[in-house]
Amino acid sequence: MEAEAAKFIGAGLASLALLGAGIGIGNIFGNFLSGALRNPGAAASQNGNLLLGFALCEATGLFGLVLAFVILFG
Amino acid sequence: MLNMIAGPMEQFTVKPVGWLPNITVGGLDLSFTNAALWMVIAAVGVSAFLLIGMARAAMVPGRMQSMAELSYEFIANTVRNNAGEEGMKYFPLIFTLFMFVLFCNLFGLLPYSFTPTSHIIVTFALAALVFLTVIIVGLLRHGLHFFSLFVPSGVPGWLLPLIVVIEVISFLSRPISLSVRLFANMLAGHTMLKVFAGFVVSLGAAGGIMSAGAILPLLGIVAVTALEFLVAFLQAYVFAVLTSIYLNDAIHLHEH
Repeated sequence: MEAEAAKFIGAGLASLALLGAGIGIGNIFGNFLSGALRNPGAAASQNGNLLLGFALCEATGLFGLVLAFVILFG
Repeated sequence: MLNMIAGPMEQFTVKPVGWLPNITVGGLDLSFTNAALWMVIAAVGVSAFLLIGMARAAMVPGRMQSMAELSYEFIANTVRNNAGEEGMKYFPLIFTLFMFVLFCNLFGLLPYSFTPTSHIIVTFALAALVFLTVIIVGLLRHGLHFFSLFVPSGVPGWLLPLIVVIEVISFLSRPISLSVRLFANMLAGHTMLKVFAGFVVSLGAAGGIMSAGAILPLLGIVAVTALEFLVAFLQAYVFAVLTSIYLNDAIHLHEH
């Protein structure tokens, strides 16, 4: 296989990290919603934690994106 | 015409600003770059925001004053919740970091501007500052006892060698994850905007029914820009929260 082709395949594989980020973000919002529907009174106080979890989770997917950039341009 | 569109990565080029002389010291290019310019603008913006807001402080705050007070109290509560009353000693550091990162992120969303936080070296410098502060604070408060941070209590003895290695690695990777998180979010967001903008131009240039389809990526840009405003704020918030959590480790070690 040519090195150039392997590079593109590698970058594509690195972006698979978004799979995990998608599952994680879905988990966070899904669990928040089910918790919030059970106890709506406590939901507002957990907004900070919700967004923190979302941001931390999204970042793991972006690590994969950075890896793809490093493979492509590094 | 299509060749004239800037590539999605072109917006991150660091270049000297045109209206100042280029400075070279001993073969090193020390010119005032657009990255430096926008960091100065962010610092001036934060100062202006707070100074103008509090210039005529009243019991019943006006619009500017309540925004300044809101941002102050928001971070004060975050620090108090995550690092306790003792952590409030480091509130100025965390507030400064938050406001600087927030203004860098927000100014970066202006057209024709530059986002300093989309460069790993800028975010890594900030993260290294946090990392070194945590180590120095921990060593000053607890002396060598600070290293008990790497030995969690209640772990069976035979597991300790493994756990300590993992704890040390996770401690050392903190500045990396802290800086890459901010940098990657900014980089990805701005790249995505430019890629969508490229779709608009190439669809619009296609002619006929295809040109009308250019409205779809245009709407996409609007939605992504809204998301980017959320991300710009969230990442500054996450940076502040993680800084206070790390400081909490240094201040309280294991007693939570």
